[in-house]
Amino acid sequence: MTGLRYEAPENLNAAMALLGGAEGSARVMAGGTDLIIQIDNEMIEPDLLVDIKNIKEMRSIDQVDGGYRVGAAVTGMELMEHEGFCATWPGVIEGVSLIGSIQVKGRATVGGNVCNSSPAADSPPPLIAAGATATIVGPNGSRDIPVEDIAVGPGKTSLAKGEIVVAFNFAKRPAHSGEAYQRFTPRTEMDIAVVGVGVNLTLDGDGTCIAARVCLGAVAATALLVDEAAATLIGTKVDEAALDNLAKAASAACRPIDDKRGTIEFRTDVAGVLARRVALVALERARKN
Amino acid sequence: MAKTHITTTVNGDEYEVLCEVDQTLLDVLRDELHLTGTKEGCSSGDCGACSVMVDGRLMCSCLVLGVEADGKSIDTIEGMADGDVLHPLQRNFLELNGLQCGICTPGILIAAKNLLERNPNPTETEIRFWLAGNLCRCTGYDKIIRSVMAAAEEMRGN
Ligand SMILES: Cc1cc2nc3c(=O)[nH]c(=O)nc-3n(C[C@@H](O)[C@@H](O)[C@H](O)COP(=O)(O)OP(=O)(O)OC[C@H]3O[C@@H](n4cnc5c(N)ncnc54)[C@H](O)[C@@H]3O)c2cc1C
Ligand code: FES
Ligand code: FES
Repeated sequence: MTGLRYEAPENLNAAMALLGGAEGSARVMAGGTDLIIQIDNEMIEPDLLVDIKNIKEMRSIDQVDGGYRVGAAVTGMELMEHEGFCATWPGVIEGVSLIGSIQVKGRATVGGNVCNSSPAADSPPPLIAAGATATIVGPNGSRDIPVEDIAVGPGKTSLAKGEIVVAFNFAKRPAHSGEAYQRFTPRTEMDIAVVGVGVNLTLDGDGTCIAARVCLGAVAATALLVDEAAATLIGTKVDEAALDNLAKAASAACRPIDDKRGTIEFRTDVAGVLARRVALVALERARKN
Repeated sequence: MAKTHITTTVNGDEYEVLCEVDQTLLDVLRDELHLTGTKEGCSSGDCGACSVMVDGRLMCSCLVLGVEADGKSIDTIEGMADGDVLHPLQRNFLELNGLQCGICTPGILIAAKNLLERNPNPTETEIRFWLAGNLCRCTGYDKIIRSVMAAAEEMRGN
């Protein structure tokens, strides 16, 4: 017999009241693809689960000021089925479509993927490269923060007790901009990133890069937004010389661990190779846009 | 702690169930409703043996809580045949040896059915990607893929 309680409130205020008023520990539950396993393994022992999937504003994908607002409890499959979003942010979709199987993506949410704070998660690098912000509500009101400010370490976020990520915001995509995400894994499906790279860049009318964001996953305790890597592209035509510098800067930023999936040396090298490849895909997309 | 009362529709029939919050939908199907066609392989989302549809969406029932099934409509392998008449997927799996031990089969059939509902004419690659979350230790997958392709072709013809 367990004391675990389950609530599925229909609005944010009720969710916050539950999270704030709970005796013992309360957890937000979205798709449960991390949470249910952690409860099963007794890694966490919450007293209350607050299921946020019945909160409408967390489940919708809306166009706002020419950009997109994606509810944090939108599932991977729902986002992948949204034609407009897929056409605008293909790199984010590349990350999301790598989150496990069809079954897993039918449940897993982007909010959960970000808040679980796995260094190897596949949606944070493209979200961060995209410059997405997260709208967070909690006992002290609402705030917007860059996605890179959510994870602070493996399994740890900067969210205060009772705070919920409600939505992710994507600004209007500028002309001549493109982004992409790829990861390296031994197997093409159902594996965990050894390295993941998201690149987002904007060109001017002549094809010179005027803005770039480069984010590396699985090579440090959190996804890394690497300004030094972005700087190698800005002001260039993203030519061979610039790509060489990008690869060097990406490798130089790595602070990976050694494990069965990849050694430090391997991850560091692959980060550079992948950054170059992903930048080329982003470039191709920027030229067409 | 009192158990939670839920009302859920499984294969078109309504059920009232009392379940604990930490019981998964897989536990509820197998242990409370005695619908043991849905299999347990890993209980961690990796193997797909427990695949079911919840409101038409393919999921691992080991990663869904039983209490979440309240008010939802669940499709399991028990609802696939029409009485004694097997679904074309089931028949093609039998005819083309798409199974050996059969543990993975209910999950694969449900996943394949879900695919064909959305895409009646999938390529081999699309089938392989769609079924990547369903592990099979016996067949080497090839006969599974061929069975799905044959069923899809047959279903398009009708
Ligand atoms: C077989 C399998 C394969 C997988 N493969 C991959 C993979 O290749 N790549 C990858 O990146 N991931 C992978 N995952 C993990 C991925 O499914 C999860 O990270 C998922 O995205 C988490 O989302 P969820 O909705 O299931 O979150 P939950 O499990 O419900 O929650 C995860 C955590 O985030 C918190 N949380 C959730 N939503 C919010 C919110 N809105 N506000 C505040 N806190 C919140 C919860 O309290 C919990 O701590 C895999 C999982 C499985 C089971
Ligand atoms: S038992 Fe659910 S995926 Fe293996
Ligand atoms: S037939 Fe035995 S696991 Fe697939």
